[in-house]
Amino acid sequence: MKMLTFAKRNLKEIIRDPLTLIFGLGFPIVLLLLLSAIQANIPVALFEIERLTPGITVFGLSFISLFSATLISKDRSSSFLQRLYTTPLTPLDFILGYALPFIPVALAQVIACYLVAFILGLKFTVGVIYALLFIIPVSFLFIALGLLFGSILSDKQVGGICGALLTNLTAWLSGTWFDLNLVGGTFKTIANLFPFVHAVELERAVLSLNFASVFPHLFWVLGYAILTIVLSVVFFLNQMKKQ
Amino acid sequence: MIAIKIENLTKRYKDVTAVENLNLEVSSGELVALLGVNGAGKTTTIKMLSTLTEPTSGNAYLHGKSITENSLEVKKLIAVSPQETAIAKGLSVRENLELLTGIFGFSKQKSQEKINELSNILGLNNVLDKKASKLSGGYQRRLSIALALVSEPKILFLDEPTLGLDVIARSELWDIIKSLKGKVTIILTTHYLEEAENLSDRVAVMKDGKLLIYNTATNIKTLAKTDSFEQAFIKIVKGEVL
Repeated sequence: MKMLTFAKRNLKEIIRDPLTLIFGLGFPIVLLLLLSAIQANIPVALFEIERLTPGITVFGLSFISLFSATLISKDRSSSFLQRLYTTPLTPLDFILGYALPFIPVALAQVIACYLVAFILGLKFTVGVIYALLFIIPVSFLFIALGLLFGSILSDKQVGGICGALLTNLTAWLSGTWFDLNLVGGTFKTIANLFPFVHAVELERAVLSLNFASVFPHLFWVLGYAILTIVLSVVFFLNQMKKQ
Repeated sequence: MIAIKIENLTKRYKDVTAVENLNLEVSSGELVALLGVNGAGKTTTIKMLSTLTEPTSGNAYLHGKSITENSLEVKKLIAVSPQETAIAKGLSVRENLELLTGIFGFSKQKSQEKINELSNILGLNNVLDKKASKLSGGYQRRLSIALALVSEPKILFLDEPTLGLDVIARSELWDIIKSLKGKVTIILTTHYLEEAENLSDRVAVMKDGKLLIYNTATNIKTLAKTDSFEQAFIKIVKGEVL
């Protein structure tokens, strides 16, 4: 109950921030519209709506990392967390209280992208349901990244690391904007070591009901999600102890 | 009845000793002001007593509960109003209070009663639905103290509660703190000497992590042979009073 009270507060803080609407919902939708417009004029296979939508939904989740990291780092810097550390909230309450509210926000963002994609010509198939289901572990990964960065960085640093670096890494290394095979070599090797391209390929596979292609991408996503969750919990508890 | 018993409490950070062998007793319902120049160890002492920081050695007992062995029990007895205003700025005053009543497991009815009670004591009735970020500094401090009082603590730690407030806001907050005297044991840190003199039953002066004197403001002035509490404080910190 006390955890849910804390989670409710965090949800209010998230949805009342205009940046959540502008970047969380608006920006991915604008990109979807823009790239679809390019595709309409100069057809590029990569920007076909069936391939583009999964990429945009994964890219949009990088903003969830930014929002969660910003919320936590601001709480840390404002003594608000210090006050809460003297209440009966347990470390698990804090971690779940920060993480849980971002799940509906992430899903709302993904659903909004798919609704726009339907308008742009994406056909509704059972693959969309699978895409929504498989986006959940991807969301966990990005939420945990936010928890991790929010625990170790100041609110100013979060802007740089999550707002610039993470969003760009998600964009460049995901195969959404350009085909990684076109660059190839070391770049492709590095991209494949990160979870972003695997998240996009996983979503593309389930959306097209091509379950044979789900692996090994699902393992990469789950592996990174578990590793990030563990690290985020360790670093959150560590900063809690330092208080 | 003894509310706080501090025994040889020490905190070291690498090569810096923030608090050294602090021994102190505070009676129930008493208001004690912790005074000292920057780096004296006041905030570290409060952080240790409120279980935010583990002591390097020594111990303290709050209503008989050890801060090192019974920190969860201690948390049920205390509340902290930190140096910076610790409020959720994106929430309204009412939502801030509801957050704390929820965390402490109050029923809906008890929560409402507590919000009404604290709004009356802290003078928050007119701003209950205002966003906390839109409040003046004085009202943010009032809200911060109200949040600390939600759990009906037996011991309240106020870390520089009037820092940065204008004269009127400070005076109003003093009245609120005075109204709490006797009901709650209060440990207050401050840089304002007149605040310590006016509000406290006893004053503890710290320097370089050590307790220099612990007495009433009147007795401290007598010992320092001066009518001015400020002069007495300066003499003590400079080591001119034994």
